[in-house]
Amino acid sequence: MLILHCPFCGPRDHSEFLYGGDARRTRPAPDDADGARWHDYVFLRDNPRGTHVEHWQHIHGCRAWLTVTRDTVTHEILAVTAARPAAAAGDGR
Amino acid sequence: MPPKSQMSEYSVLSLLREGLTGHTGWPRAWRDPAPKAEYDTVIIGGGGHGLATAYYLAKNHGITDVAVLEKGWLGGGNVGRNTTIVRSNYMIPGNTEFYEFSLKLWEGLSQDLNYNVMVSQRGQLNLVNGQAQLDAAARRGNVMRANGIDAELLTPAAVRRRVPFLDFSPAARFPIYGALYQPRAGTVRHDAVAWGFARGADRRGVDLIQNCEVTGFRIERGRVTGVETTRGTIGARRVGLAVAGSSGQVAALAGLRLPIESHVLQAFVTEPLKPLLDYVIGFGAAHFYISQSDKGGLVYGGDLDGYNSYAQRGNLPLIEEVASAAASLMPCVSRLRQVREWGGIMDMSMDGSPIIAATPVDGLYLNAGWCYGGFKATPASGWCFAHTIATGRPHELNARFALDRFRAGAHIDEKGAGPTPNAH
Amino acid sequence: MSDQPLRMAAGGRIDRSRRLVFHFDGRRMAGHPGDTLASALLANGVRLVGRSFKYHRPRGILSAGPEEPNALVTLRSGARAEPNTRATMAELFDGLEAESQHRWPSLRFDAGALNDVVSPFLPAGFYYKTFMGPRPDTRVWMWFEKHIRRAAGLGRASTAPDPDHYAKAHGFADVLVVGGGPAGLAAALAAADGGARVVLAEQMPALGGGLADRWSADGVRWLAEAKAALAAHPSVTVLTRTTVAGWYDGNVFSCVERVADHLPEPAPFQPRQRLHILRARQAVIATGAIEQPLVFADNDRPGVMLAAAAAAFPARYGVRPGRRAVVATTNDGGYDSAFALMDAGVELAAIADSRADPPVWARARAAGAGVPVLAGWTVLGAVIGLADPQVCAADLGPLDGGGGRRVACDLIAVSGGWAPAVHLLSQQGNRPAFDTERAAFLPGPLAPGQHAAGAVTGHGDDTAQCIAQGLVAGAAAAAAADAPARSRVALRRPAPLPAAARAGVAIRPVGEAPDPPWGRIRKFVDLQNDVTVKDIALANREGYASVEHLKRYTTLGMGTDQGKTANPAGMALLARQQGRPVAALGTTRFRPPYTPVALGALHGAEVGATLAPVRRTALHDRHLAAGAVMAEAGLWMRPWYYPLAGEDMDAAYRREAAHVRAACGIVDVSTLGKIDVQGPDAALFLDRVYANRMDTLKVGRVRYGLMLREDGFLMDDGTVARLAETQYFVTTTTAQAAPVLSMLEYLLEVAWPDLRVHVASITDQWAAMAVAGPHSRAVLAAALDGIDLATEALGHMGWAEGRCAGAPVRVHRASFSGELAYEVFCPTGFGEHVWDRLMAAGADHDLRPYGTEAMATLRIEKGHIAGAEIDGRTTAADVGLGRMASARKSYTGSVLKERPDLVDPARPRLVGLEVVDASARIGNGALLFGDGDPCRGHGLGHVTSVTWSPVRGRYIGLGLLSGGLDRLGERLIADEPVRGRRSLVTVVDPVFYDPAGEKLHA
Repeated sequence: MLILHCPFCGPRDHSEFLYGGDARRTRPAPDDADGARWHDYVFLRDNPRGTHVEHWQHIHGCRAWLTVTRDTVTHEILAVTAARPAAAAGDGR
Repeated sequence: MPPKSQMSEYSVLSLLREGLTGHTGWPRAWRDPAPKAEYDTVIIGGGGHGLATAYYLAKNHGITDVAVLEKGWLGGGNVGRNTTIVRSNYMIPGNTEFYEFSLKLWEGLSQDLNYNVMVSQRGQLNLVNGQAQLDAAARRGNVMRANGIDAELLTPAAVRRRVPFLDFSPAARFPIYGALYQPRAGTVRHDAVAWGFARGADRRGVDLIQNCEVTGFRIERGRVTGVETTRGTIGARRVGLAVAGSSGQVAALAGLRLPIESHVLQAFVTEPLKPLLDYVIGFGAAHFYISQSDKGGLVYGGDLDGYNSYAQRGNLPLIEEVASAAASLMPCVSRLRQVREWGGIMDMSMDGSPIIAATPVDGLYLNAGWCYGGFKATPASGWCFAHTIATGRPHELNARFALDRFRAGAHIDEKGAGPTPNAH
Repeated sequence: MSDQPLRMAAGGRIDRSRRLVFHFDGRRMAGHPGDTLASALLANGVRLVGRSFKYHRPRGILSAGPEEPNALVTLRSGARAEPNTRATMAELFDGLEAESQHRWPSLRFDAGALNDVVSPFLPAGFYYKTFMGPRPDTRVWMWFEKHIRRAAGLGRASTAPDPDHYAKAHGFADVLVVGGGPAGLAAALAAADGGARVVLAEQMPALGGGLADRWSADGVRWLAEAKAALAAHPSVTVLTRTTVAGWYDGNVFSCVERVADHLPEPAPFQPRQRLHILRARQAVIATGAIEQPLVFADNDRPGVMLAAAAAAFPARYGVRPGRRAVVATTNDGGYDSAFALMDAGVELAAIADSRADPPVWARARAAGAGVPVLAGWTVLGAVIGLADPQVCAADLGPLDGGGGRRVACDLIAVSGGWAPAVHLLSQQGNRPAFDTERAAFLPGPLAPGQHAAGAVTGHGDDTAQCIAQGLVAGAAAAAAADAPARSRVALRRPAPLPAAARAGVAIRPVGEAPDPPWGRIRKFVDLQNDVTVKDIALANREGYASVEHLKRYTTLGMGTDQGKTANPAGMALLARQQGRPVAALGTTRFRPPYTPVALGALHGAEVGATLAPVRRTALHDRHLAAGAVMAEAGLWMRPWYYPLAGEDMDAAYRREAAHVRAACGIVDVSTLGKIDVQGPDAALFLDRVYANRMDTLKVGRVRYGLMLREDGFLMDDGTVARLAETQYFVTTTTAQAAPVLSMLEYLLEVAWPDLRVHVASITDQWAAMAVAGPHSRAVLAAALDGIDLATEALGHMGWAEGRCAGAPVRVHRASFSGELAYEVFCPTGFGEHVWDRLMAAGADHDLRPYGTEAMATLRIEKGHIAGAEIDGRTTAADVGLGRMASARKSYTGSVLKERPDLVDPARPRLVGLEVVDASARIGNGALLFGDGDPCRGHGLGHVTSVTWSPVRGRYIGLGLLSGGLDRLGERLIADEPVRGRRSLVTVVDPVFYDPAGEKLHA
């Protein structure tokens, strides 16, 4: 079990969460009309072996989207913060 | 030409002869050569697909100056970590024809390789658990039949005649509405596929080099000229990449970024039992599939764990879900014991379909993105990848499996799940 | 009792005052509470218990624990039959029934033993070399496969449902201690003393491990005191009969407690087994070590036993495993076992020690008892009787060659050293390394949170040492657990054991014993799978030279025991074949479970009807009362149709649909996803999300909306009602409710955190029912208060609020059916109240409920799309809604939907289809081909939705067709080979009914 320390709910099993994938991708601005940028954002992944920054949503809890830093080889959880920048600024993990 | 001793054929006669002499005369199934400084073609990855590619390069195209580089041991990846199912029940143009070609190759593979890979066409029942699923199964079956592939839509009663001990009760959470049945589908002894292709390639002169990890590419003016490995630099005019599970990592060494995420898929086996289940069964409501190996163990699996992973092991929630699905489908299995669990690393692509294609680097070819489909695809994948490498152009069967298809929007999305790799 | 000839008069932890009757292969025997099936069989002189997998060799009992490869039986019968049960782990209960397995016609005379005769032709992997046949097909192999399958397998599974049930428990511990031997007990004591909340799991029924198997007064005292101290401590939980099977990420352990396996059957409401899913901050691994056998000729015969196991039978069960024993050892531990056997009254014929210089203390004791110690000797072969396949003598000889001697005995007790049980550590990525001095794989460096103590470390050579290590590990674990301060409870630690008089690790591995002076010699490495020394040599010779190749090619270690007594010897022999040190081979990874786990324990209560949660709408009981046939829609249950007496589904839905068009119907649409969107930027937000404009929607109005995925394909459709300047009420399809909500939340939190918008799911808070048909206005007028239903006040796609018999409702005038229709929303708690009021008011207007099947009929007649058209592969243009997508703004998917293949004019597009022959039937998923086409390939498109249309009086459908409405009027073939149908259809406009929309604007 991956145990994610939700900054709002505490340590929880990963089965309470929805996986959202690579968090290092930057979504183009809503009015960005560049097809190549959208293509890269939607379809390409770094898919690292090792440290991976990813999104999880606590769907069976507070529903917050979280940014989780996790090792894809050892599955060790290195950090969990709220994905929302304002919320993330406040927590110390 | 390989040495004479490599030519020994397997047959019941040779088995009897060797039985009388203590089996001391069997030659090595494959040699253990040191890598040469240069090859015409280097295949990275000594799994099922890489070995099949090397075999068909030699057999179909006469290209035998080939090395297969394997970082560990032959067949150590997904070819030995799957649930051994082969089938061709695909619906989307491109997939349908490709997987059927693969099934046809499976049907004659043991004889072709002179290695019994135990192709057991015991039939697969894909159970449907709702009206919408029944409609989808009908469409799939219609596509299969219109493409010359065997398929039957079975009523619950017809399913029950074949496997009477499934839960047909109305109290079932997801009642059985019927099944899409493919009689020619079945199972294949997975390790033997790697070994059979390895022996076949070796007998045609291919060098199989184990414990040789690729650490970099030599690329000059946009053209590949060789690879750096833990056993030195190896020159090559053409390089084929067949390292599903690690595709993104190896491709990155050549500067490529792929439409792929790596995910772990678990599989399980019970203690061996006398024949219980004579079919392969897929259980749509719970994404569960099961068959019984010739040794007697029930072999089964479910969904991905669902997060990027390079660890060949999974976690408990999925294991619990799979057990729930197993016993909900077959209420007699609760007392049977799971003896082993393992995980394989899947190349999950953005539309659930593979890539067999040239890359932007001249002379570098990619075979990747197999999702769940890799094992059953092994012979066709090798066949088509060999063709693509040998001729520089895709075979018509893999023309749609292009690397850049997402730029054009030519998705091959069997499930309609979109660019969410863990949903395929 | 003469019926248990090998039962000792005293000793063991059995209850001699009670007699239990059991049956093995129909033979009635007796034992006592505390026995295992294995000990009871031995007590009764039964030593032939099973047959091996491949050669059907007669097999006995090798061990006294979970590592048993041989003594597998089918326990119980009927629906409770449990194949492949280790007799060494099955606790005896009154009336126990066990059958030997994998033999025919009987255990004693097994026809399968023919395989043993022809075994020279059945080496490792023989099946890869034959059974293929000449022709390139699978027929020959499948003929052989049928017979091979029957010959393979071990026990037979029941096909009846398991009558027992299973439970799960979620647990938390500061420190989990795995193993209840001296090291584990000490660790638990020290951890508890350090303030930690401790769980101690022991796979056997009793604590003590090896300590309990030795007759030492000090040991007995220490064990009793330790158990008492743990039992008295409030923060210690001791789980016996509990196997820690798996160690997963996050220090989560799967622990299988065999709650009722020792009982004839579980008590009412008692689970058979319970899976403890235990989250531990720290883990102390005190799993001990597994004694290894020796590899010599016919080492698989009944009567060959692990030495410590042989000694455990008298100590635990008061049973002599034989009358006259030969002990062969490679280490000091073998002497402990030998003398324990001697103390139990077993005659000791000889001790063969592979080492040249056996320890002085052991020589002295043996000499005192008149037992010869043969230094530098080992067992060369087990000799069996002519009529009876059991050990009757041992051929002993020097390890370095030379003459040997035959010693009569009925027990050969062997100790080939000890393999630390590193399995759990290995599961979590620990890489055990080979230690040459101890000739064993010892744990590699431990990760944070991991501790080890006792024999598993390879350095627990005597009990006092194990206890000392346990105390250290337990204290360290408690400190590292950083447990929240708990009340410290004074714990009375048992007085320490006196230090051992001796300590020695000297071992001389035998590898493979020299051949005895007889003909056909087979030395088994994996007893269950019949892997011999020659098989390993063959595999290596053929190039299957890595450990993984060896395992897979020979099946070494692939049995139910997972090679617990086979892998170490196998690796040593492979290394020898290759002339390399064992360490050079690396190590294989152990995978969960440690010992096999019943699927029942893994599924617990989530099985059958409770496999997945059921979602019911507020109106569920009303549907049942109305006689609805319910159907699954994801997790939801929805009314499918409401048959009248004698009606099948076809008759029912046709009637229901026709009735809606003629009069009035009501359908439960509560399963629609409902999302409340609020905030100053709500309009901007929805405008970015939907393909069509939402900022221009006026308060009081409802708009149909389309959502695309980021890749430009259709994601969902639904309606959007603007409740206020800053508040919208959004509906989604039932299937997409969860993904749409998550996507909206993602966009707000991750992509556009600057937008001042909140979203909340209110799917479960609002019930919804659609009232459709020409009488619907009259029904609502009778049922509702405070809403002006006149078109001028509430036109198509408007909404209004009012009351229904006091309950608040909001009414959307929107139509999926094409009729004048209203969607009535109310708080879920008022759902039945509102439904009842509507039905009562509707009685005068012939209002009747209709199900999802009739709802589909109505929407297909109207050309509305649903899940079959929004299948994740279609664009808005594909389904005829391209013009809804705004060209004047950007929105999710707006860029990638312009990719070449998505705007290819040849893409299949939505059309209507109608059968030419009014008696013909078409079905969903039919393929479309041109008239006269041979119907091969993928066709021009496919039929997505079909219904029998009351309006058209025949089957109609929607389809996706290449060329789309350019083919209007064309005749096509709808081909359904799997349904054995082929019909002609005409391409028509997808709106079959009221194309001008007069009805819904009425």
